[in-house]
Amino acid sequence: MSQLNLEPNFSDPDAFYAALADLHRDRSAAASEQINARLILLLANQVGDQQILEQALAIAGQVNSELLHDN
Amino acid sequence: MPSSYTNPVYPYTHSPDQDSAQPVHHPVVIVGGGPAGLAAAMDLALQGVHTVVLDDNNTVSVGSRAICLAKRTLEICDRYGCGQPMLEKGVTWNLGKVYFGQEQVYEFNLLPEPDHKVPAFINLQQYYMEEFMVQRCMELPQIELRWLHKVTRVSTDDSGAAITVTTRDGDYQLTCDYLLVADGANSPIRDSLGLQSRGQVFEDRFLIADIIMKADFPAERRFWFDAPFHPGQSTLLHKQADNVWRIDFQLGWDADPEEEKKLENIRPRVEAMLGKDREWELEWASVYTFRCRKMDSFIHHRAFFIGDSAHQVSPFGARGANGALQGVENLGWKLAAVIQGRAPAALLQTYDTERQHGARENILHSTRATDFMTPKNHITRVFRDTVLDMSRHFPFARTLVNSGRLSKPCTYEETPLSTPDSDAFKLALRPGSPCTDAPVSGGNGSGWLLNHLGGQFNVLLRGEFDAGRITALERLATQLREMGIRLTILRVDAPGEPGAHTVHLTDHKGVLAERYDLLTAGVYLIRPDQHVAARWRQLDLQELEAAVQRALGSHLQQECAA
Ligand SMILES: Cc1cc2nc3c(=O)[nH]c(=O)nc-3n(C[C@H](O)[C@H](O)[C@H](O)COP(=O)(O)OP(=O)(O)OC[C@H]3O[C@@H](n4cnc5c(N)ncnc54)[C@H](O)[C@@H]3O)c2cc1C
Repeated sequence: MSQLNLEPNFSDPDAFYAALADLHRDRSAAASEQINARLILLLANQVGDQQILEQALAIAGQVNSELLHDN
Repeated sequence: MPSSYTNPVYPYTHSPDQDSAQPVHHPVVIVGGGPAGLAAAMDLALQGVHTVVLDDNNTVSVGSRAICLAKRTLEICDRYGCGQPMLEKGVTWNLGKVYFGQEQVYEFNLLPEPDHKVPAFINLQQYYMEEFMVQRCMELPQIELRWLHKVTRVSTDDSGAAITVTTRDGDYQLTCDYLLVADGANSPIRDSLGLQSRGQVFEDRFLIADIIMKADFPAERRFWFDAPFHPGQSTLLHKQADNVWRIDFQLGWDADPEEEKKLENIRPRVEAMLGKDREWELEWASVYTFRCRKMDSFIHHRAFFIGDSAHQVSPFGARGANGALQGVENLGWKLAAVIQGRAPAALLQTYDTERQHGARENILHSTRATDFMTPKNHITRVFRDTVLDMSRHFPFARTLVNSGRLSKPCTYEETPLSTPDSDAFKLALRPGSPCTDAPVSGGNGSGWLLNHLGGQFNVLLRGEFDAGRITALERLATQLREMGIRLTILRVDAPGEPGAHTVHLTDHKGVLAERYDLLTAGVYLIRPDQHVAARWRQLDLQELEAAVQRALGSHLQQECAA
């Protein structure tokens, strides 16, 4: 079974993080939301493998319980 | 406030220069006796260049400034002859703990990589660093330190510089061929020449407190994001020499610096952090706003800016003093080569090109760490907090957590002084890189490769070579010496009589061959600042000589003299 990689795998983690922050600089909340959605779709397609995507979705869904009742 | 350290007081001396009717001329004058100015004086002294260092004060750094000295800085200081006391006095930590809110999210252990003379970094208060540097400067006859001599006027053109110095005995004038400006981040000299250092100010304030801990406390670095005792802000705790601990409290932009500095406001925070039973005393507290900026050019006619006057960074990532020393060692050998007639003046321009690259890299790393700590908007805070939350369970997320990276020296990519590789080498070490240390025996007996490199050119070679070429290499070294260019040959694992220019070393652990990819035969040409200039698999004397000339900038276009 394919496994989601949770070990470090970025070729340049700091550069990635900085680019991500730059992408969101001076954007409205709505624009940021859309950027994130687009990014997830692009990366999900790159991953492709449904088993891996489901593992990622499962982990992503485990957000703090207090956040679940935010609105 | 109690103190673990007494600042030395260096006496004012009256120089005969002050009584001269005409301004006295010196080849090199250095303004500022901080880490940059003192290092520059030592670098030049070791190459036989005399300097006068003018400082407006009579002691070393006061209060909370640099504490983290990186490996490359220690190696440079070791070459200058002031590294050993720093290593002895400095402290290290291996265990780092990262907290997010109430919880520790992970810890890491920086196990030292074996087979290097100096560790990846030490923590040592800046005043100790400077004190050891001053001691070394006083041993070197080429250096004249003048305390309480304040430079108040500077003018410069393409032939030299003229300065006015103000002392308790009145003003006097000096002229020089080269003026090194190391007067710190606010550099009044830079301003007076109409020059600027440009960049960004981070809209945040930090309370930096040094405390003396009464009892032992574990030697580990602790970093809190969103500290429970300091909600919404980050806090850093790490150890210095003499049981002094540095605490950095992020305060936010709206904090009142005067209020925050008061002991009655610091005490509850520290108690919440360390526990109420721990006994400590406050040694020093100040509030800073940090910035990252640099000058567009570090050279203005005959004024060369070094250290914080040329480039300034926020302290997360410790690239201020560390970056200053890399800049100094870059300039030192070039200036000596030009002054002593080995190289064209155009070589000096590469101080700017190579160190602009270094400064940009240092600013980039410092900015990234600062941005991670202080998210600029809602969405970056969400990402930041999510990274921290996930780092609890997922190792990949830890690589994104940035509370300041270790300061590493840059590789001079695309410098005109390097000869690009034409043969295959497999390592990250390459033309433009600072050399890596390795244990060796023989030679001067120091036991370390880096103690054999620097201050002159070196050829490092290992493997089988034609005996005739080896003899010819000795001859080349002799010819170069006649032209004033010193070059020492380091032959590894080929025992023999030391030649006039040859030292034999043994790579008894096999580490050198590995770190330099010399398991198959190869030759390195190394610059006087211990950076690789060129390397080949073959020993070709013509190419070698051309590479030496290239490293000295003989191919560079001479700037037209105005
Ligand atoms: C809180 C804090 C933490 C830091 N932490 C680190 C760290 O961990 N690691 C690191 O590498 N760096 C760190 N730094 C940065 C480091 O302190 C500086 O980069 C370093 O001091 C720069 O050295 P310098 O010689 O260029 O300037 P300075 O140290 O500022 O020295 C300038 C000297 O010039 C003299 N001077 C000024 N004007 C004149 C004049 N007109 N005539 C004569 N003399 C003059 C001054 O008296 C002074 O002695 C930190 C800085 C701060 C504030």
